[in-house]
Amino acid sequence: MPKKNNIKKVLVIGSGPIIIGQAAEFDYAGTQACRSLKEEGVEVVLVNSNPATIMTDKNIADKVYIEPLNIEVLKKIIEKEEPDSLLPTLGGQAALNIAMELYESGFLDKKKVALIGTTSQTIKKAEDRLEFKETMEKIGEPCAASEVCTTLQGCIDFAEKIGYPVVIRPAYTLGGSGGGIAHDLEQLKEIASNGLRLSRVGQVLVERYIGGWKEIEYEVMRDSYGNCITVCNMENIDPVGVHTGDSIVVAPSQTLADKEYQMLRTSALKIITELGITGGCNVQYALNPNSFEYCVIEVNPRVSRSSALASKATGYPIAKVAAKIALGYALDEIKNAVTGKTYASFEPTLDYCVVKIPKWPFDKFVSAKRTLTTQMKATGEVMSICPNFEGALMKALRSLEQNIYSLDYGNFGELSDEELEKALYLIDDHRLFYISEAFRRGYDIEKIHEINKIDMWFLNKIKVLVDMEKRLKTEELTLELLKEAKRMEFPDKAIAQFTGISEAEVKAMRYRNNIVAAFKMVDTCAAEFESETPYYYSCFGSVNEVEPGDNMRKKVIVLGSGPIRIGQGIEFDYCSVHSVWALSDAGYETIIINNNPETVSTDFDIADKLYFEPLTPEDVENIVRLEKPDGAVVQFGGQTAIKLTEAIMKMGVPILGTSSDDVDAAEDRERFDEILEQCRIPRPSGTTVFTTEEALKAANELGYPVLVRPSYVLGGQGMQIAVNDGDIVEFMAIINRDVQEHPILVDKYLVGKEVEVDGVCDGTDILIPGIMEHIERAGVHSGDSISVYPAQSLSEDIIKKLEDYTGRLARALHVKGLLNIQFIVHEDEVYVIEVNPRSSRTVPYISKVTGIPIVDIASKVIVGKTIKELGYTPGLQKKADYIAIKQPVFSFEKLRGAEISLGPEMKSTGEVLGIAKDFHEALYKSFLGAGINLPRTKKMICTVKDSDKKELIPIAKRFYDLGYEIYATRSTAAVLNENGMKATRINKIHDGSPNVLDLILAGEVDLIIDTPTHGRDKSRDGFLIRRNAIETGVTCLTSLDTAKALVTSLENANLSQLSVVDIAEI
Amino acid sequence: MKAFLILADGTIFEGRSIGSQREVISEIVFNTSMTGYLEILTDPSYAGEAVVMTYPIIGNYGICFDDMEDDKPWPDGFIVRELSETPSNFRNECGLSDFLKKHDIPGIQGIDTRALTKILRSQGTMNGMITTNENFDLEEILPRIRAFKAEDVVKKVTCSEKEHFSDGKYKVALMDFGAKRNIARELAKRGCAVTIYPAYTPAEEIMKDAPDGIMLSNGPGDPKDCMPIVHEVKKLFDADIPMFGICLGHQLLALANGADTRKMKWGHRGANHPVKDLETGRVYISTQNHGYVVADKTVPEDVAEMSFRNANDATMEGLHYLGKNVFTVQFHPEACGGPQDTGFLFDKFLNMMEVAKDA
Repeated sequence: MPKKNNIKKVLVIGSGPIIIGQAAEFDYAGTQACRSLKEEGVEVVLVNSNPATIMTDKNIADKVYIEPLNIEVLKKIIEKEEPDSLLPTLGGQAALNIAMELYESGFLDKKKVALIGTTSQTIKKAEDRLEFKETMEKIGEPCAASEVCTTLQGCIDFAEKIGYPVVIRPAYTLGGSGGGIAHDLEQLKEIASNGLRLSRVGQVLVERYIGGWKEIEYEVMRDSYGNCITVCNMENIDPVGVHTGDSIVVAPSQTLADKEYQMLRTSALKIITELGITGGCNVQYALNPNSFEYCVIEVNPRVSRSSALASKATGYPIAKVAAKIALGYALDEIKNAVTGKTYASFEPTLDYCVVKIPKWPFDKFVSAKRTLTTQMKATGEVMSICPNFEGALMKALRSLEQNIYSLDYGNFGELSDEELEKALYLIDDHRLFYISEAFRRGYDIEKIHEINKIDMWFLNKIKVLVDMEKRLKTEELTLELLKEAKRMEFPDKAIAQFTGISEAEVKAMRYRNNIVAAFKMVDTCAAEFESETPYYYSCFGSVNEVEPGDNMRKKVIVLGSGPIRIGQGIEFDYCSVHSVWALSDAGYETIIINNNPETVSTDFDIADKLYFEPLTPEDVENIVRLEKPDGAVVQFGGQTAIKLTEAIMKMGVPILGTSSDDVDAAEDRERFDEILEQCRIPRPSGTTVFTTEEALKAANELGYPVLVRPSYVLGGQGMQIAVNDGDIVEFMAIINRDVQEHPILVDKYLVGKEVEVDGVCDGTDILIPGIMEHIERAGVHSGDSISVYPAQSLSEDIIKKLEDYTGRLARALHVKGLLNIQFIVHEDEVYVIEVNPRSSRTVPYISKVTGIPIVDIASKVIVGKTIKELGYTPGLQKKADYIAIKQPVFSFEKLRGAEISLGPEMKSTGEVLGIAKDFHEALYKSFLGAGINLPRTKKMICTVKDSDKKELIPIAKRFYDLGYEIYATRSTAAVLNENGMKATRINKIHDGSPNVLDLILAGEVDLIIDTPTHGRDKSRDGFLIRRNAIETGVTCLTSLDTAKALVTSLENANLSQLSVVDIAEI
Repeated sequence: MKAFLILADGTIFEGRSIGSQREVISEIVFNTSMTGYLEILTDPSYAGEAVVMTYPIIGNYGICFDDMEDDKPWPDGFIVRELSETPSNFRNECGLSDFLKKHDIPGIQGIDTRALTKILRSQGTMNGMITTNENFDLEEILPRIRAFKAEDVVKKVTCSEKEHFSDGKYKVALMDFGAKRNIARELAKRGCAVTIYPAYTPAEEIMKDAPDGIMLSNGPGDPKDCMPIVHEVKKLFDADIPMFGICLGHQLLALANGADTRKMKWGHRGANHPVKDLETGRVYISTQNHGYVVADKTVPEDVAEMSFRNANDATMEGLHYLGKNVFTVQFHPEACGGPQDTGFLFDKFLNMMEVAKDA
């Protein structure tokens, strides 16, 4: 069947901001699908509130709306664009939910917009807990004993009937928000009431606890003619009980015999058929490890994180095929892009093993609970490929960039036997290390299995790795031993650590004896058919099958940015991908190295060659030895790539763009001070220290408050504002937990307006697309600030100065390519806080809202073009006609116990854009996009520290004038009452009920303004208020600047009058 | 202990011995299934071949005797990248390594099976030797390797005497050319009285038992080596009894009706092969294991038409005999291992018998 001819213009809904549970995988799927649709001559209209994505680029879709994913906004876009179809299965849960809402309101029918790729019935059957259960019962597919409850009492009654423990899953939430396992009545009450609140439809599922069972997933495809295939199955190493997004996952399944494998495969095909899905679908199973009993955990009738993983694990492009199916093609009409010879109607077969490990944000949220449950906590993930499981695990571990080079990591060796035994029961991000430490102490496999229920096959493999550590420690390093260690992917660094032989000598021994990495192709078919996919992985003890190529073109390596984490998100993937495209356009052969399965950059048709590998010097060197590139680009891959600069230069590969020496000049305090002096640019006074004593001395000399931070870090990691000696002692202890190679910076903290500039310099000229101004004053990390383009409150003089300083710094640092500068405007003087001669978080945002593709320009500049040659006029560009506001988005509700107050360390996971001709409208849209849809109850709580009270008065007054009823703690209430407001005084928590907490938990308020007093003490009132606000879904602001912006936006809010902007026209 | 795989083209892979240390020469074929190694090992169609598994970690779930497709393993040799020494599965009864040893099957592990597969794919299926003798003399052994041809393999694998397998409503005569056990199980499950006949049983003897249907099984080797059987099959075909053929059975019936078969470059062995039902347009994923195929366009047009086609390489995957209650497929609807998508073909066979009986 050819494609349906009536489909000419398709509206695609993206997934919105990156949050825990919904990350870059939807950018990958969406980008792939949009390109696939365009390939078929279909006009694509895209809506996604996330400006950092590749899919919201004008070369991906025909019309691009970076607008809030809100039903009113969607209606406006549909009215304006009149699409004939809506494809909702590519934007995760967010897109499905909004499509359902549009459908249920009758709007789609009225506008004659057809849902394609799925039907409303399908979505309902898969997503509505009750309908899903009934459907499964109808076709004889077992679910765990469960009941859908809409009241807390219903939950309690059912739990008593089936017995504790029970699992609670809210309906229509992503990443399992609000779910959990309850072992008793108290826990049930807490989790269930939370879940009922978070569910879009007020439903939760209470079900039999099947913890300890194997968790298995199948990725299934079906076309509208009923043809079904499975792309891949995956086995979670962590048994049921840990969210699949938080599990270590292996593909294909390792411990299932063919009987179990086919039983579940048949079931998955039956389910996708019954649900009538056309496209991709993910089915999750729990399998009793001691019988053939299984149950269906859930079905995702859309592309998902798992489908991205399955695509990367097999080479089968699920999103692309799903888009073609939506257009009406049959699976056997769609070419297998990998082989070019076969069709999409076959099942990939692997001749390697794939391991995925999640990346958790516990380094950022030290107070957050590390326990892994049914509520996902990871922000990103890494994947690795190797013919053996041991090697795949080892490669994945070092891809995490946490300085893990083997299972001998951290200080778990210091645990007492008793502590270790206890730790083995913990299900947290350290479990691999507890297990390996237990093996070191002689535990046997059965004993560990009994405790944590991880399949003995996996435990044995961990033991194999621990045994190898021991052999390396005790035996002579023979060639045989070295070969075996490399087969299991022990990096030279780890071999050196265990043998006591230097890393250089290990490497020399390898090279002398030709123990080198070979590269293999991911080809979907285990070499059965000849393939041309340029998608490779390394392994040892194998025949290399990758040709370095004909060298007709110059060859450039672009280093990717690894797993998504707070501070280094999808923006850097955006930059890497655009750099590849630009270099390719400039006539270069491009090679990308990355290990993040969620991203566009690891789609095999982006660069000329994709190496799916860890980003460590040794792994990169393996590729360099084979490919002999003419240069490497490090300025687009965030800190991950920058960290590799020195190693790559040592390999003899020229770094293209700004030299590493100049990068160092920007990072090194003394050298940078010299440059500032030479450029006559002021910076806040400060100094460098190593010890706590030095820090105390420096802080007292500068005068509090001061900013304390490690140098050479991105995302303000470890940065804190200290107001007294106590803070210094505390922060230095935290920073010095990890050995610091570089000094720690102590700077005078200036309260001022923070301004940010991205620019491109070709060595002579500089191009500045625009100046961004932060709403929050300096002290809140730039990634967590609301950012406004063009800057609204700066005088012409200041703007001139900013342009001038940027030019001076770019030239002084000999920047070739991108640079990002953070300034503070303090009492009409401009100070430089930091200069980063590389891509930044704001690059995609500023590129889109100004229409100036700065990554493209920078990429061409670093290979020799000038700004003028590229057709641009140097200098600060004319302001756009639009105001574009970037609003950060947080995932605090996913991280129990995390401190939410904003400060110099970045905490947001994603961002949205609000764009309009008018500042107030743009601001309102940005809040709306971030999910802050107020007012609801028009009741708010104010509790601010003394120094903020004066500033609070006018802000509170504006809320008051909007009709907000204000509750405040004693002293805040007094101040407000004295200033013409009627504020109700409420008790602090320790005053007893009824107090501020009761008010929050009762769901009566919709906003809290709480500016934190100092310290990380978790028992303080403020912390409890903030956590409870987050966990009950109440908007909680910790900066008065944000509060002021919010009230401004509310004063001007008018949902029905919003405009929509096609940024492809900018 | 060191072991070597020496291919007919002189390529040598060095690895470690698994199973028996006996030296063996065979035809080397690769299978791309990720699970089901025991079903593959005990599939009699592999007699006369040594199997390479392209999935690199084999033996993970050990051996579950219930899953065997025959009483013993049949391949001449077994080649894997890594043999899993510590199996884990609730039904595991013995490790793969012990199983191979017990049944005297030689093998090799620790070689780059992907590199080997690429050789077989590009140059075609090839003979080879597995040996633990480090001092082999290439000049002496290469001619021996090249000369190898599996002979009389059907005779080797078929049962020695007629065997009653199950009771039921429809009497099915299952011709055992090397039948996988699950063919009989699928029929029995559907209420058939299955009787298994040795491959060389004369047609008359089978007709004497008055079966309601005849099932032609899978089996090993070159179908043209089985001309005496082809002769008997033709007689059964002419008897107008519902008939269903799988794999070798499909090929033998085609030969019986004047079609030709040819050897494929590297065959189809795996659990991911798409076959298209030409009547409905539906595509199913099937298990396959064949090195020969019925040559396209050699099937007389007035006798049969193609019913299934391979969606990858367009080779013949099934025939529907015109005006007859007879159909055959090249793939394996009985699965084990592999997908169960085409199990409905057994229902179709049952239906044919039912209609024929009513008439």
